Amino acid sequence: MSTFKRTMVGLAVAAAVAAGGAQAQVSDNVVKIGVMNDQSGTYADLAGPGSVVAAKMAIEDFGAAAKGMKVEVLVGDHQNKPDVGANIARQWYDVDKVDVIVDVPTSSVVLAVNEITKQKGKALLVSTGATSDLTGKACNANAIHWTYDTWMLANGTGSAIVKTGGDSWFFLTADYAFGHALERDTEAVVLKNGGKVAGKVRHPFPSSDFSSFLLQAQSSKAKVVGLANAGGDTINSIKQGAEFGIVRGGQQFAGLLVFLTDVHALGLNTAQGLLLTEAFYWDLNDQTRAFARRFAAQHKGAMPTMAHAGVYASVLHYLKAVDAAKTDDGTRVIAKMKELPTDDPAFGKGSIRVDGRKIHPVYLFEVKKPAESKGAWDYYKVRATIPADQAFRPLADGSCPLVK
Amino acid sequence: MDVLGIPTQALFGQLLIGLINGAFYAMMSLGLAVIFGLLNIINFTHGAQYMMGAFCAWFLLERAGIGYWWSLLLAPVIVGATGVVIERTMLSRLYQLDHLYGLLLTFGLALIIQGVFTNYYGSSGQPYRLPEEFAGAFNLGFMFLPKYRAWVIVASLLVCFGTWFVIERTKLGSYLRAATENPALVQAFGVNVPRMITLTYGAGVGLAALAGVMAAPIYSVNPQMGANLIIVVFAVVVIGGMGSILGAILTGFGLGVVEGLTKVFYPEASNTVIFVIMVLVLLVKPAGLFGKER
Repeated sequence: MSTFKRTMVGLAVAAAVAAGGAQAQVSDNVVKIGVMNDQSGTYADLAGPGSVVAAKMAIEDFGAAAKGMKVEVLVGDHQNKPDVGANIARQWYDVDKVDVIVDVPTSSVVLAVNEITKQKGKALLVSTGATSDLTGKACNANAIHWTYDTWMLANGTGSAIVKTGGDSWFFLTADYAFGHALERDTEAVVLKNGGKVAGKVRHPFPSSDFSSFLLQAQSSKAKVVGLANAGGDTINSIKQGAEFGIVRGGQQFAGLLVFLTDVHALGLNTAQGLLLTEAFYWDLNDQTRAFARRFAAQHKGAMPTMAHAGVYASVLHYLKAVDAAKTDDGTRVIAKMKELPTDDPAFGKGSIRVDGRKIHPVYLFEVKKPAESKGAWDYYKVRATIPADQAFRPLADGSCPLVK
Repeated sequence: MDVLGIPTQALFGQLLIGLINGAFYAMMSLGLAVIFGLLNIINFTHGAQYMMGAFCAWFLLERAGIGYWWSLLLAPVIVGATGVVIERTMLSRLYQLDHLYGLLLTFGLALIIQGVFTNYYGSSGQPYRLPEEFAGAFNLGFMFLPKYRAWVIVASLLVCFGTWFVIERTKLGSYLRAATENPALVQAFGVNVPRMITLTYGAGVGLAALAGVMAAPIYSVNPQMGANLIIVVFAVVVIGGMGSILGAILTGFGLGVVEGLTKVFYPEASNTVIFVIMVLVLLVKPAGLFGKER
């Protein structure tokens, strides 16, 4: 930083302090948040427009207006295509002066956006993107991985199922970065717990007909059919699996990434008994219920998924860090976010590790039987709580360059 | 006994699955072929109309308690009626123009319809209960065949044969075929050609909606369901020969089987194999397998 610039920043900070307000020193006086996700395709319900609602709620709850901070939200539809996502990111950073990109489902897209964010020294808060590489080999000082990742899903659902006797697996994997990462992480967990992998098949993303793959799963005689896919692919796999008698034939589904909206679309009749791991469920405690009801009121009555909760919490914490660091410089705000403890109604108190991994407890849920459900959106019961320090990949195992 | 490392038993299962998927391709491409053959319109709204058929069945069940069997009849009529409106108000103005205009119009309509449904119903879809009669499956020894899938094959064969019969073997069909060749002459014989064309479009759309109703219990009823299918179905129609009814039916079933086998031997390529075949066919027979060179 030149002497002149340093003086100017100093003067500005002095002026802000003198004015007695908490006015942050931010580029062009506005914090611009870009919510990038799939707005109309297969992942639109689990993140999509709901993530925009969540981001706006966070800005409101932070009290940006009262603190004199101007915050704007931009929305981008990456259509699950890495090239489209990369273009939006470049345009946002270079032309629209966006300071932080949030959400970003679809691992192949988020890996591309992650790289650009690092180059430009901006900030990336990942909620829906799943690949554990974000805190592994792709880890950097400009990104936070908030809600969940493939390691956590594998560790939660995978080990729970192996320990209850599901020791031979057949994987149905979405053929792109996310599916591969989820399959890899789950396979490691299965093998570590003494299980074996009977076979795997990689299906094009997205697909609508899974009957052929299900038949292969059936003839593998594996006890567990692991679904390393998400959204519409998972819904159709389970729905058609019921039709082909996967469960009646003595096999079990492991939905490795299932969102609340997927269970809603499947209906309890089809989804009952499914085990799944999530970091958030609306009906956990008074705080989550209050948060969820406010969200639903603004989102056509639909309860938030863990992806929505992650967008809310990460934006809230980001704004706190901007406020504390008095800047919206990407690298510095991310550093501040890691320094400050986190606290929000969706995830409670938590922290962020040096590799960018947000740490909180995660839950192994079982989908209720229709008779157990008291009404719409009452779908899960907690089978186990995995404490924060065991829920995610140990810091040393990720080979993140930031970890010394 | 194994074939290329796959047990024969498993292979039979996969062939049958391929045939079931082929049944959907056949029903969808049939409607497209009818519309193209008789109206010269490349109906890109077909996927959206298939989706509307599924949604219509869902509406009837959720809002009016009308079950699957009535939906099989009602949904095609309702969605076909919207097709009639589209033909009367928009498509009929484009017959004198190049194919491209019809294609652009129908493509735009498809995007609008899908956008509207996504806006109201989200992307993850609505569950449609399997009719009671079809709960369960036949154990064929080599595979578990869900009763509903068996019904899909039977029903689609009936529909395909019925449509082919009407167009190729009845008096009405001969009027239709004559009207495509020389509308002025047919009109001179006292046949109301514009009305016949309108109803033909409605019937083609109805076929798409019928396929949609049949798909509803299998796939989740979601606004994108047609968009994923329509591109493949177009490839099927092009391979079969644009406008050829028999071509659409045979290639529909045939490509379903080819795709099914690809899912066993090299699943990663299962959504591209049809396009590879399309390229090969077009290189050898530019008008498609059953198409007539014009």
